[in-house]
Parts: sequence; structure tokens; C-alpha cells
Amino acid sequence: MGCLCNQQEISEEEKYKQLKEFIAENREKKGYLIPVLHMAQVIFGYLPDEVQAFVARGMNISTSQVKGVVTFYSYFKTSPAGRHHITVCLGTACYVRGSKKILDALEDKLGIKVGETTPDRRFSMGVQRCLGACGLAPVIMIDEDVHGRMTAKKLDKILDQYK
Amino acid sequence: MGLKIKIDNIPLEVPEGTTILNAAKKAGIYIPTLCAMPELGFTPGSCRVCVVEVEGLTNLPASCVYPVRDGMVIHTNSQRVKEARRMVLELLLSNHPLDCMTCEKSGDCALENLAYELGVKESRFGRREKRLPLDESNPFIVRDLNKCVLCGRCVEICNEIQQTHAINTGYRSSKSKIIAGLDEGLKYSDCVFCGQCVAVCPVGALIDKAAQGKGRSWEFRKVHTICNYCGCGCGFDLNIKDKKVVKVTSNSESVVNGINLCVKGRFGNDYIHRDDRLTTPFIRKNGKLEPATWEEALQLISDKFKKIKEESGSDSLAVLSSAKCTNEENFLLMKFARAILGTNNVDHCARLCHSSTVAGLASAFGSGAMTNSIKEIANASVIYLTGSNTTENHPIIALEIKKAVTKNGAKLIVADPREIELAKYATVWLRQKPGTDVALFNGLMNVIINEGLEDKKFIQERTEDYEKMKKVVLKYTPEIAEKITGVPAEDIRKAARIYATAPCASIIYSMGITQHTTGTDNVLSTANLAMLTGNVGKESTGVNPLRGQSNVQGACDMGALPNVYSGYQAVTDSQVREKFSQAWNVELPDRIGLTVVEILNAAYEGKIRGIFVMAENPAMSDPDLNHAREALKKTEFLVVSDMFMTETGELADVILPGVSFAEKDGTITNTERRVQRIRKAIEPIGEAKPEWKIICALAQKMGYPMQYNSPAEIMEEIANLTPIYGGILYPRLEKEGLQWPCPNSNHPGTKYLHQEKFTRGKGKFFPVEFKEAAELPDQEYPFIFTTGRVLYHFHTGTVTRRSRGLCEIYPEALVEINPQDAEELNIQDGEVIEVSSRRGKIRAKTQITEKSGKGVIFMSFHFYEAAANLLTNAALDPVSKIPEYKVCAVKLQKIN
Ligand code: SF4
Ligand code: SF4
Ligand code: SF4
Ligand code: FES
Ligand code: FES
Repeated sequence: MGCLCNQQEISEEEKYKQLKEFIAENREKKGYLIPVLHMAQVIFGYLPDEVQAFVARGMNISTSQVKGVVTFYSYFKTSPAGRHHITVCLGTACYVRGSKKILDALEDKLGIKVGETTPDRRFSMGVQRCLGACGLAPVIMIDEDVHGRMTAKKLDKILDQYK
Repeated sequence: MGLKIKIDNIPLEVPEGTTILNAAKKAGIYIPTLCAMPELGFTPGSCRVCVVEVEGLTNLPASCVYPVRDGMVIHTNSQRVKEARRMVLELLLSNHPLDCMTCEKSGDCALENLAYELGVKESRFGRREKRLPLDESNPFIVRDLNKCVLCGRCVEICNEIQQTHAINTGYRSSKSKIIAGLDEGLKYSDCVFCGQCVAVCPVGALIDKAAQGKGRSWEFRKVHTICNYCGCGCGFDLNIKDKKVVKVTSNSESVVNGINLCVKGRFGNDYIHRDDRLTTPFIRKNGKLEPATWEEALQLISDKFKKIKEESGSDSLAVLSSAKCTNEENFLLMKFARAILGTNNVDHCARLCHSSTVAGLASAFGSGAMTNSIKEIANASVIYLTGSNTTENHPIIALEIKKAVTKNGAKLIVADPREIELAKYATVWLRQKPGTDVALFNGLMNVIINEGLEDKKFIQERTEDYEKMKKVVLKYTPEIAEKITGVPAEDIRKAARIYATAPCASIIYSMGITQHTTGTDNVLSTANLAMLTGNVGKESTGVNPLRGQSNVQGACDMGALPNVYSGYQAVTDSQVREKFSQAWNVELPDRIGLTVVEILNAAYEGKIRGIFVMAENPAMSDPDLNHAREALKKTEFLVVSDMFMTETGELADVILPGVSFAEKDGTITNTERRVQRIRKAIEPIGEAKPEWKIICALAQKMGYPMQYNSPAEIMEEIANLTPIYGGILYPRLEKEGLQWPCPNSNHPGTKYLHQEKFTRGKGKFFPVEFKEAAELPDQEYPFIFTTGRVLYHFHTGTVTRRSRGLCEIYPEALVEINPQDAEELNIQDGEVIEVSSRRGKIRAKTQITEKSGKGVIFMSFHFYEAAANLLTNAALDPVSKIPEYKVCAVKLQKIN
């Protein structure tokens, strides 16, 4: 199996080839769907429908079996990560201080829902339970930066910092 | 030892392992359920609608999974129980649309019933509707997941019984929903539209699309009858409202299939009410077919037939009977031919599909039918499947094969030139070149004999002529077989060992074996293999030809064949002839008649002047169609009865309007020899008449007293004259039908054949040498052309192509071609190309697929615009006269 670093560089065709090899090596093993999907996500960065269909065909199982697993585990991503990833805290402290409203505002502004990515791939968004900064509630995190005491009004200015 | 319990104060004794739900049922107590399907072994215990109170337990257990213990005291309807159920129900209702008044499922919905029972009007949890879009992607099933209660039944039946895995549970917690394929709609999934999921959905989430707005459960009258498509013989209920068949629903009492059906049976019967049904007779006047009265039409036929008989003798007339018609109708038509026309020229399309089975198995075993029953398949330890794309052609039997493999640990050997779906389930897949089956069988037997795996005791006690066969088989080493068949010698060895060492092995085959010039040889080889290893005459063990049409077994049983009367009694046997002669009060002809292809050849030469065709379409189904059509055109007087105008009808001089299976009573015999009742559900459309009435009327016109008040009376005559049907009488057929041989009215019928001895006494081995197909690829025509059916269509397409849904999902003929061949010829997927043989040419779209081996082209024969049989070869098997549909040579050309 070839080296997987620098995966940005390799062509789509090459990615499918790598995945195909991995499947071929493991096809006979029982319960191997999850490791295969895991590898597919490493290779492609996420699991679009085409890749799921490819895995199904390669492992001789149906697409619904693959899709069922992919949508069940939050670990698997079905859209590519954005350049910047926003995490909205929905832990108790943040929730009572209105983080749901912030989430709604973000969904409105970016036109995406949790788990999705903007078409320009600038932002993707997820939620978490308690980011460990309850003192600053409500909290969002963008990439590695924590933004506390958030209000819907402050959003524009903060988002502007991430291009 | 039983367990003593008390349930709602009723004392009861039940065996260990009984669930509370089943115990309650036994006591006549009803407990509501939503997710459980105990009959199918599915009790996930997830919905908690079925909870009960057990004294001494703090929790309320789910009765569908909880086993009873000795001394248990159970309350199924206490205040606590009701409260718990109400809670579950209100949770479900909080995100369930409350539109029962317009819901298709109303009256038959578990949720609605429960709400009614518990008097729940609204939910204390408020409303959180899901607002998911409807899935209307396909012509058969509408999915409204807003109504889904996530019981899991549909996923269970699709994955574990149908084993298509089209749907699954996806997403998590509150987003959980049933997904199809990649969650893009059923049409884009692996769904085969069997509708099993619709049958089990307890609510209105899965709905029969075509029946929408046409009535709800309480408005329908249900008539239990048998599917008229394939030979599986599935039972179902026709749902009737306002004198119309609105839809088909499962009937769990159907003995062959339970609640399972395939797409044709469940969704493919809308042709019954098509407005192009023939509703009056037609007579050709000045070259044109014009409406006529029954009186005129019958008079004309009677006059013409009489005249021809007088002028050229009885044998210048012929009848073609029908595997779509009932036993009674086939019996009457053969009686009509023999007693009234005075000829044995009677045959039907079984000639074209399984005459080699009838000939081959009759010689080897003495009886040409499936040795075992459909239900026995699931318990075989090894299944040798060859020349049958069971998933598409006998879908319900395919379910039994899958069950054997995935649930009961059977090993499957598939021998097929095409990569059929079942190859996925196979331990070994042998891909022989089309037309080399004998060499493959001989190779297998060679291994078995050389390795000493044969059943010496069985051979000695129950068979004859073993040495003769052995001598031939010894020549076919696996290496020689490999050269001929293209199957690696190692695979032949492996398959041989698996088959020979199985405790009970069943051979299942179909037209891939029979439709060759060596068809009878192929069939004899299956018998050789089975006898060699003692694999016949036991439960789940035998040789099982799958018959194509709904009543092709019955049409043969009834003697719609040129050499036998009903029950395979030879016309050349003077005692038999005497018996029929006395019963019918006429002299009967003693010369064996002509077969289908021979009849057409004789018509072509002008030797046959009049033909009566009952509900068949030889102008589409026969090989080398140009010739067949020419022959029908030349026939001086051609009479056709059918529901619709067909390619044959176009050429007729008189057309009589027949009826669909929903418009008549009768019996049909499925592939496992089971005689079952079909029941009249609606009145004939227009002036159409059931064929049995047509034949009687015509017979009377011609001066022969043929009169029956009902098909039941005809069956009495059949039983009287036909030993294997001796005990088959209507009152005995109400429930499960009967499997022949059933010699008298106390006989329970026969599940499997040849138990202690073969029908003919000893089983007979036949030495069979490999012979090449009649036409092989060459420089000019380099491809092997082979034909078959697809799931969504049937026979010549006369009815399936009048079914809206079936046509939408599979609208046109496809030429299947291997990717390598396509690349070499630079052909794209979906490109229209020309396929030609020495006999004709057609155009159709390609489908590039690994299913076809290199050098092999596959096509179905359902489509008149691209009729595969314009290409096929009418070369005949010398014994059974079956034509070689499975091999001829063609070339492919791009169209510029
Ligand atoms: S129709 Fe049959 S194959 Fe399709 S989803 Fe339902 S059960 Fe599965
Ligand atoms: S669609 Fe019907 S059968 Fe399937 S999970 Fe939902 S309610 Fe149950
Ligand atoms: S399997 Fe055959 S008999 Fe059963 S529903 Fe389908 S076509 Fe009809
Ligand atoms: S709840 Fe938001 S950081 Fe802890
Ligand atoms: S029916 Fe028993 S838990 Fe659903």
C-alpha cells in the first residue's frame, strides 16, 4: 500500500486505486466494512456518495449497508471539511446561555447545517457537548481558537478573520 | 413438560420457550404489536407496544420476546399496561402526521388501531413533525417516511428474507430513518420491487403506488388465487372494488410463498383492465379483422374445420394449447383435438422450454417433473444450480436457495455461463461455455468415479446400465472437460467432491439445460449425476427442473402433447386409447401427432390447413421467427383466442376474446406438481369468455356433446381418466392444493418422488457423449448468442408490456455484452447496435456488463421491436424436438 502522506497531491484515479487495493487485501475478512470506510476517509478526506458506492461494489455488499454505517457513526464525514471548522458548544452551560441561537444564526449566515460544508469550502460546522470553557459560555471554536461570550451580533466580525 | 401459567385469570399450560405473546394468543387474548413478526422469527422487542404486567416483576416486559416461566401470573390489560402503551403511542404520535382520514392504510393500520383502542386523540408531547420529502422515485412503491414508526420490519424482510439489502436503518437518534441505497430513493437502490416491505409495514409509510386513492381496506373484497406468471405458483389476494381488481396483497396462508411475492405477481396485474382488451370476436373480412358475434365466429370455425377435415383428413388440422390456461382448459382442448378434430396434432409451448425434461427424466426415472418440493430446497446441504437464473425467473424459489445458503449453511455450486446474481452465494461457480454442459457433467462424474465417491449400494440396488454410462464417463477426465467447457479442471474436482459427499444434494436446473439440440442429453446427465451419488428419492434430494409458465406443468400433465393423453398415458397404447375412447364415445387416432415446430413446418408446406391457437403467441416465441410467421401467414385458417391482440392474432382469420386468470375458476399446477385453485374474482370483460366455455361452445357447434357446468366437473372427468390426478378433486383443494401423484381421494399427495423405487422401477443410466451445438461461432458470426428472461417481463411480453409499472422500470430490450468485447468493438454502454445471425437481424441498446462472459451475447426475448427469436436457430433436439434457443452464432455491428 502506497504512502498516504501528501494525499492532496494525488489524482482521483490514484485514490481509487489505493482504495481498491486495500479492499482487495481485506475483502474476505468478516466485519471489515468499518476499517475499509476508515481507510477510504483517510484517502479521500471524506466519504462522498461515489466513494460509498465504490466501497459497496468492491466489497460486494449493497449501498444501503454502507450508507447505514456511514450515517450512524458521527466519525464518518460525508462532506469535505472546510478550510476552517466551526464547533458550536451545546453543553449545558452554553445551552442555557443561548448557544442554540448562535447555532441558528450561523446556519442562517452560512446556509449550511451541522455536519455540512459551505460550497466554497470555507467553513464546515459541527457541534460538541462542553468544550471545557464553561466560564466563557456560550462558546464556539473555530479551528484551534476559542471564542467566548458569543452573541449573534459578534459573529460577522469573527468570521471575517477566517478567509 | 408444560409450564403452568395464568394469563388474565385464564389457567394455561404451554411448552417451555413459549413467549408471553404466543401464550396469550393460545388463550385467545389479543396483545397489540408493532415491531414483532413472530411468524418470521423477528422479535426485536423495540417498540414496547406489547408490554404486559407480570406479578413479581418490577418492569413491564415486552411480551413478544419474554418467555413464560412456570407459575407466572400475567395481566395483559391492567391499568399500568394501558398507561405504558399510551405513553409509547403518544411518543409515536407526536411526530406522526394525523391525517388518517386520507391515509391509504386507514382501517388496516396498527397505529390507528392502537389509538382507537386506547382512546388517544392527541399527544402530551406536542408535535414535532419530520417533514421529509416523499420518495416517489419508482412506479410501484411510495415511501412516506413521515409516517414511519421505525419498527424495523421492512429492513428485516428486505435483508433477511428477500436478501436484497436495498434498505437499511440510517442516521442516529432523532434523525434515524430508513434509507434506500445511498438515501436517494428506492429507484436508485438495489431494490427489486418485490414489495415484501409493503406487505409488512404496519402503518402507512409504504404504499402501493398504483392503488392510491382507489379504496381502503374495508372497501375491498379479497379473493385468494394463484399468480398467473411463473411456475412458482405463489398465492395472493386480489383486492376487488367496484368490479375491478385494484391491487394484490399478500395472503400468509399461501403454501408456497407465504407473504412473499415478486414484482410481477404483486405489481404486474394491471393489464387486466387495460382498455385494449379484446371484448368481442373478430372475423377477417376482405383482409381486415372486423368485429363479429360469437354465433358468427363459432359457426365459421365449425364450418371451416369440418370442411378441411373432410377434404384433407384430420391430420391437416392442429391445435396449440396454452401453459397460461387452466388444467381444465388444457384437458378440454386436447379432448377437442383428439375426439372432435380426430388428430393428435396437439402441443404447446412446453415443447419450447422443457420437452427435453419430460423426455429425459421420463426415460431415466419414469416421471418428468420436479422430484422435490419448493420448501425442501432450504434444507438441502448442497445445491447444484445450473442453467437457471433463478433470481429473475423463479424469484420465490431463489429465496429458498438463499435461505439454504445463508441461514442453513448449504453449499451452492453454480454452473452457468452468465454471472447470475446467485453466483454471489456460490462456493464454486463454474462458467462453462454455452452448449458444453454434457462435457461438464461427464467431467464431474469422472472425478466422482475415480475418487470412489459414488454410492455403490444405491447404484446396485436401484439402477441399471451403470457400466455403460461409466465407460463413456471415464473418457472425460477433468482436463479434457476443461478443454471443452473452459472450466478449470481444479474447479471441476472441487465441485464434484462437494456434490458427491453431501448428505442431501439437490440439482436445480432450467432452460439453460433444456433449450439445446442436446437438451435431452443434458437432462439425462443431471439424472446420471444424481443416481451416481444416490442423490434422489429423499427429502431435499433430487433433480428439480424449474418450469417456466404458471401452468406449463399442468398443460403437460393434461396431455396437451402429441404423444400422450392426460397423465402421460401414451396414445399408442391400445388399452389406454380404448379407455379414453369409451369415455368420450368416439374412435381416437393412434398415430403420434406433430410438435409445435413441426406443425409450423407442415403449415409452411401447406400440409396443415387449419390451426386453433389457445392463448399462445408462436409468432413471438418460436425460434427463427421469420419462418414461423411465414408459416402462420400461409395457414389457410388460423383461429386465435387471447385477451389481447398479439403478433399471432394479427395473422388470424378468427379471433376469440379470452379472459384473464381473474375472470375464471380452475386449477393450475405449479412446478412442484402442486395443483392449486384459481378463483374467479370479477366477471369477464365485455363479451370475453373463459377458454373452457369457448371450447365447449365450439365442440357443441361441431356436433359433439361437450357440456360442463363448472371446471369442477371437468376435474372429475380428469380424475377419472388420469391415475396421477385420481384423487384431485375440488373440495380437497381449498387450502393447500395437492401434489401429484395423488391416485385416490384418500391419498395425501406426494411431496417427493421415487422414494422407494423409481416410477419406472429401476433408475436408468444413459451413456451420453458430448456433441457440439448446432451452430458455432465462426469468422463471419464470431459471437455466441444466448437468450433468456428478465425479472420484469414475461414470455412474449403480451401482458407485462401492458403493465404500466413493469414497462416504466424496464422499457426496452437490452443486448448484454462483456466489457472486453465492447472495448474491442468500440461500443459504448447504451449505444444502439445491430445484431445479426444467418436468419435475421435486430437493433437494440447495449448494456455492458460482466454478467456476460467474453464472446457471449445475451438478450431477452420479450420485445417485439427487437425480437431475439428473429436470430435464434430452429435446429431441434432429435428426441424432444426442443429448439436451440441458448446457442447460435451472431455478429455485432455499429450503426453509423
Ligand atoms: S421492495 Fe423488496 S427489495 Fe425493495 S426495499 Fe422492499 S423488500 Fe427490499
Ligand atoms: S417503513 Fe414501515 S416497516 Fe419500515 S420501519 Fe417504517 S414503519 Fe416499520
Ligand atoms: S415468483 Fe412467480 S408465481 Fe410468484 S409472484 Fe412472481 S411471477 Fe408470480
Ligand atoms: S458547556 Fe459550553 S464549554 Fe462547557
Ligand atoms: S411488538 Fe413487542 S416490542 Fe414491538
